[in-house]
Amino acid sequence: MITEILEKYEAKRENLISILHDIQNADPQHYLSQDNIKRVTKFLNISLSEIFGVISFYTMFSTEPRGKYVIKICRSTVCHINGACNIIKKIKEKLGINVGETTKDGLWTLEEVECLGLCGMAPSMMINNNVYGNLTNEKIDSIFKEVKNGRYKNESYLGDKLLKREKQTLNVLENIGVIDPLNIDENMEKNGYKALEKAIKEMTPETVLEEVKRSGLKGRGGAGFPTGLKWSFTAPLKGEKYILCNADEGEPGTFKDRPLLEGDPHKVIEGILLAGYAIGASKGYIYIRGEYENAIGIIKKAIAQAQKKGLLGKNILGSDFSYEIDVKIGAGSYVVGEETAQIESLEGKRGNSRIKPPFPGTKGIHQIPTVVNNVETLANVPNIILKGADWFKGFGTERSSGTKIFVISGKAKNTGLVEVPFGITLRELIFDFAGGVRNDKKFKGALVGGAAGVFISEDLLDEKISYENFISKGLSFGSGAVKVLDEDVDIVDLLTNIMEFFTNESCGQCSPCRIGNKTILRLIKTGKWELIKQTAETMKEASLCALGQSPILPISTALKYFKEELVK
Amino acid sequence: MTMIKIKINNIEIEVEKGIMLLDAIKKTGYDVPTLCYYEDLEPSGACGICVVEVKGEPTLKRACCTPVDRDGLEIFTNTKRVRETRKRVLELILSDHPDDCLQCIRNGNCELQALAEKLGIRENHYEKIYVEKEKDVSSFSLVRDPVKCIKCGRCVQVCQEVQSVFAIEMINRGFDTVMGLPFEMGMGDSICTNCGQCSLVCPVGAIYEKSSESEVWEALNDPDKYVIVQEAPAIRVAIGEEFGMEPGTVTSGKMHTALKKLGFDKVFDTNFSADLTIMEEGTELINRVKKTLVDGNFRRLPVITSCSPGWIKYMETFFPNLIKNVSSCKSPQQMFGALAKTYFAEKEGIDPAKIVSVSIMPCTAKKFEANRPEMKDSGYKDVDYVLTTREFGRMIKEMGIDFPSLTSSDADAPMGEYTGAGTIFGATGGVMEAALRTGYELISGETLKAVDLKMVRGMEGIREAEIPIPKLPFPLKVAVAHGLGNAKKILTKVSEQIEKNGKSEYHFVEIMACPGGCVGGGGQPYGSTLKVKEERGEGLYKEDSEMLEHRKSHENEEVKQLYKEFLGEPNGEKSHHLLHTKYGKREKF
Repeated sequence: MITEILEKYEAKRENLISILHDIQNADPQHYLSQDNIKRVTKFLNISLSEIFGVISFYTMFSTEPRGKYVIKICRSTVCHINGACNIIKKIKEKLGINVGETTKDGLWTLEEVECLGLCGMAPSMMINNNVYGNLTNEKIDSIFKEVKNGRYKNESYLGDKLLKREKQTLNVLENIGVIDPLNIDENMEKNGYKALEKAIKEMTPETVLEEVKRSGLKGRGGAGFPTGLKWSFTAPLKGEKYILCNADEGEPGTFKDRPLLEGDPHKVIEGILLAGYAIGASKGYIYIRGEYENAIGIIKKAIAQAQKKGLLGKNILGSDFSYEIDVKIGAGSYVVGEETAQIESLEGKRGNSRIKPPFPGTKGIHQIPTVVNNVETLANVPNIILKGADWFKGFGTERSSGTKIFVISGKAKNTGLVEVPFGITLRELIFDFAGGVRNDKKFKGALVGGAAGVFISEDLLDEKISYENFISKGLSFGSGAVKVLDEDVDIVDLLTNIMEFFTNESCGQCSPCRIGNKTILRLIKTGKWELIKQTAETMKEASLCALGQSPILPISTALKYFKEELVK
Repeated sequence: MTMIKIKINNIEIEVEKGIMLLDAIKKTGYDVPTLCYYEDLEPSGACGICVVEVKGEPTLKRACCTPVDRDGLEIFTNTKRVRETRKRVLELILSDHPDDCLQCIRNGNCELQALAEKLGIRENHYEKIYVEKEKDVSSFSLVRDPVKCIKCGRCVQVCQEVQSVFAIEMINRGFDTVMGLPFEMGMGDSICTNCGQCSLVCPVGAIYEKSSESEVWEALNDPDKYVIVQEAPAIRVAIGEEFGMEPGTVTSGKMHTALKKLGFDKVFDTNFSADLTIMEEGTELINRVKKTLVDGNFRRLPVITSCSPGWIKYMETFFPNLIKNVSSCKSPQQMFGALAKTYFAEKEGIDPAKIVSVSIMPCTAKKFEANRPEMKDSGYKDVDYVLTTREFGRMIKEMGIDFPSLTSSDADAPMGEYTGAGTIFGATGGVMEAALRTGYELISGETLKAVDLKMVRGMEGIREAEIPIPKLPFPLKVAVAHGLGNAKKILTKVSEQIEKNGKSEYHFVEIMACPGGCVGGGGQPYGSTLKVKEERGEGLYKEDSEMLEHRKSHENEEVKQLYKEFLGEPNGEKSHHLLHTKYGKREKF
């Protein structure tokens, strides 16, 4: 088994995580045995300690034998407020095991995991590579029966999850649910790869870059850095260059990239091509989180289709432009959403973030200049090139042009995606598109922008969402996640859950984050909010990367808007 | 080099663009506290202590790894914001560290302790959060106490980036991160070479030498035991540092006196057996070169030195293809040990069973070497206990001896005399130079006039030279490497050459596991930066050139006497039995 797996790969460290996935998946007990690990060590000629360092970093890998069916139940914020605890309790009772254990008959293993990107159907879980959502105690019984009888059922949740589709401005998500993602012709009928053709035949790399710069497109992953400006740092550099498409969507409450990867993969591929053309790159990478098994399969197939059509590979569309795209897979880590940690992971290492500077734009993958962009950012590019920067600037506000995908989850009546121009308000998103709060409960607030997000109270519902307005109010919309909270949500309980998330996901390399998160988690029980805030501020000042700098956001805004509830 | 103007605490200075803030700040007379930073390693930014305020930046920046990259930068190193953040970060680190300082091996020289003092920590806002972890005592050389670990990452960096061993690595993640080994393996069962560089850079008591102090005290207090001691060349230029003396101060005489005051029955000197090693290894080199000239088989060249036990284990693990190239000579420590329980015992009429043979070494790997099962050719364990320089320092302190004020004395006969060639063994390139001094004269029959062979000295990681020797048809091509990372480079080249052409361009290669050679050994005093290591090496060259009568090993009278009375001739039968050894392949994965 292992020999066949290793034969498929070049003996390069960057293949390590994929190799480990393959071995683990092929093992009936879903784990990495010592013997198999040693084989990989020899194959790649790296030390046992290094490989073990990698395996022990990623949650998807196990060095202990597991059951035939591995249940990964989401414990992150959205599933948490939708009753994940009860589901976990139900499963524990049903199987007679605790989290982390395997049933005696070797059939079931129960694991708690962080956000699976299934927040639209919370609470949710995966059994092996299949997803299940909207879990109830009754549903658990029937799923277990089905699985045991060998009838896998992968629940799709696309298309119907665009809330009030007719009212949305669908630029990025235009093809979702409309085309067959695995049929490239359907994408091409909808103007797919027309922008690429236009760029290659009518534009120079410089004019493509200029167009993106002029469009005002900003990074959609959360940081909001101007995309054209980012490209312009790398474009003038000589020699080899890469594009890295960040598809490691791990921010709790965020599930906007997954539908794009699964529903219109060619738009993402075209975006990666255009970015590569603009900066003079020869290769693009897509780093997809390991939990997105379905998306990985679809993207790989889509890449093969594009190659067949001559849209990828040597001399694309008869030009001098040659370009290839490689898919790299994560293995369970939130922090590798940070660009330098992602590069480390892509190289087959632990997902520890790098010291910046140098930034990836000058020294990225294998020290080669690499532009890292989020999936949604890149998916915006084809339309910008095809229809022009002015068209793009026709949407949104003065300094926040274009549309943004918002992800509504939590206690909203309807959960799903909303693509609308910047300038919209949370009230419109929550009460118009999502239909308000479920079960006619009272609206309490929202957690906007993931775990590394901010609490927002009712009086902020009419603030226009744009970079300029939110920044001036000390707010952030991050990746566009909007988690609706009803009157029943306990803020202290939610903060505890968020701090558990950060504690679980800290990489451990810098002390403020490694010790700070766990310390805050402990302190929450004591109610020492002043010390908690100071600790989070220390972490913001002294942590190496954005993860450790984030807890201050939910903590300070919770204290601001829900103080009475916290300080008792 | 572009110079730019920046302001530090409102002082305007001009600095080279691209240097780190830490270096720029030092130029103004301000100090920034650090914890994970170590001047010989790449800054990792792990601890978060050295933060400073850079005007316009939303968060504080680490001085160790933030480059001065633009004109007009304004930096503040000691604002309230900066000082409070540092204190809080340190309080967090201290909350994850036990408070058993009084029993800790690092009490008094712990960098964490010193930092807490420097930052004025008088209380901790945080309750203890550390988790008890088991000590790893599986190694002969080192103890790993993970509960003390502050995850600065220096040990992993030195093991991987400097030594290329990769025995330890960051394992797990988040709060559960440990600097550890795969599958909870013990260090003693791993590919660890026991070089101890990790223990040298550890700021706290998380990795340290496995001490033999109590066993040695017991032997010294036992009237039935005859306790003898030998001291490696590198001890005499480093032990003074434990008592506030400058690195590189030559304290051979004080060192001998201190050992006599500790109660050893005989105080010998490893420098004696270093000279002996040259006789054996030099002869081996000459024989192999001559044999090659006759039979044309170059595969057993280069001869590679064998004095460094960290290197030997590394070779057995990573370069078993070179086993036949490595000199069969035991290290000076083990040669000494074998002779102490044979030659010396016979000569003095002492029952070798009563002899307790102690060595003072700059090296943690020597503890492993002494315990290698083959190291008992005399019928007894060649060396019973190995103490590092640090342990030796502690014993002197415990005995209430004021080391700097001691008078000098010589080592005892018949294994105490040494030449300058023996003493320079402690510096990188020293074995090479000593061997060349003797080899030159033995091959050519002529006197070597320019004794200082400076072409093989220095701190460059790999050094090469061609030495013309009269009567040899070609110049001797030699190479010197120190630090296993450098050793890996040169030996990869040698291996490839032999593989490809059946011969290497080198005839003789010196390898020392530790950067700087033995003066930089893993058992040396803390604060062993490359600069300090170099100063210690200079001390050895000073003793060689200014303080000793002889500078060539074959001029050592006691060594001559040893051959005459006991061994016969170099590489003779008795030598082979007592002074030479064998190596074996070890599993890499």
